[in-house]
Amino acid sequence: MEGKFEPLVLAFCCNYCPSCSADLAGSAKMQYPSNIRIIKVPCIGTVGTIHILKALENGADGVCLMGCLEGKCEYSSGNYRARKRVQYVKNLLGKLSIEKERLEIYNISAAEARKFCEIAREVTETVRSLGPIPLKIDNSKI
Amino acid sequence: MIVGQQKDFEEIKKMISSYNRILVLGCQTCVAVSFAGGMREVEILASMIRMDRKMAGQDIEIIEDATLRQCDFEFIDSVENLVDDCDVVLSLACGVGVQALAERYPDKVILPGLNTSFMGLTEKMGVWSERCAGCGNCILDKTGGLCPIARCSKGLLNGPCGGSMDGKCEISSDVDCVWQLIIDRLRALNQLEKLEEIFPIKDWDVSGHGGTRKIIREDLTA
Ligand code: SF4
Ligand code: SF4
Repeated sequence: MEGKFEPLVLAFCCNYCPSCSADLAGSAKMQYPSNIRIIKVPCIGTVGTIHILKALENGADGVCLMGCLEGKCEYSSGNYRARKRVQYVKNLLGKLSIEKERLEIYNISAAEARKFCEIAREVTETVRSLGPIPLKIDNSKI
Repeated sequence: MIVGQQKDFEEIKKMISSYNRILVLGCQTCVAVSFAGGMREVEILASMIRMDRKMAGQDIEIIEDATLRQCDFEFIDSVENLVDDCDVVLSLACGVGVQALAERYPDKVILPGLNTSFMGLTEKMGVWSERCAGCGNCILDKTGGLCPIARCSKGLLNGPCGGSMDGKCEISSDVDCVWQLIIDRLRALNQLEKLEEIFPIKDWDVSGHGGTRKIIREDLTA
């Protein structure tokens, strides 16, 4: 990719609150960076280590997980599990000398459209400042 | 079941450094339960190895698979084509599985991706602990179903020792004194009198001290 680096960030969003906040942001015509590509999942706890690694292996410069607020998981503890899993995958990234900041997890309620946009901007800027993921992949194909 | 733990990534990297076509072969039985060597872990490790090689600018091809049970020849015969097709096999089974592969495929280098830790059980999700040391002469009938050989830090047969305090072992306040557990359980079962029997010196021959152990059942052999 020539010129300015535009990061690709994959956001796994729980189908409940976080996806609603994204929809709300859209219907309220709020802006958030188009660098964020959303994949809806039934619960953030369903996102496995392999899904995060495959995303990074196949071209994402960063990955974020968006789950419901703590204590509000529809399946009781999916968002707590996801938080622990993110920590685990951060350690794996450390073993690969890939910056741990490329992976983050957030909790968000259905009404927080503004917060959704802020997170999207924050994640994009963090990954932008880190630069492309140090894997030899042609990002333009994605 | 056999409980294992994946080796450190650095150690695995070193082992496979001279190979470019690797079969990462898990086992879907014991070590899958301890989240160390099932298909899930094969995929994760393969992804990490590929990323690592990409960053080093080195080519690698990884074949990913898992046998149902790597410690049985009939289950590893089915991966013959995959084994033939690679430079090296990185096995994520326990040491028994690794050796079964090495025996079946004598021309192939087979590497262990796991440390085989112990025979034990899942206490709860994410926690495994040792229960049996395979002593070859089980005494659980005398100890309320709790094994002092595997679970007493000193392997005492006539415990507890003087270091037992408030139900904990003297090596650490995190470790239960199994002899305390044995006494509690025998009391609950109304079998405290079992403790009056003094264990004689145990015969450790059947425990591997008489050489590699083998069992032969003539009625079953061909
Ligand atoms: S190889 Fe056999 S003993 Fe080892 S983990 Fe697999 S099933 Fe269990
Ligand atoms: S007494 Fe021997 S066979 Fe029985 S559980 Fe303990 S180590 Fe295993």
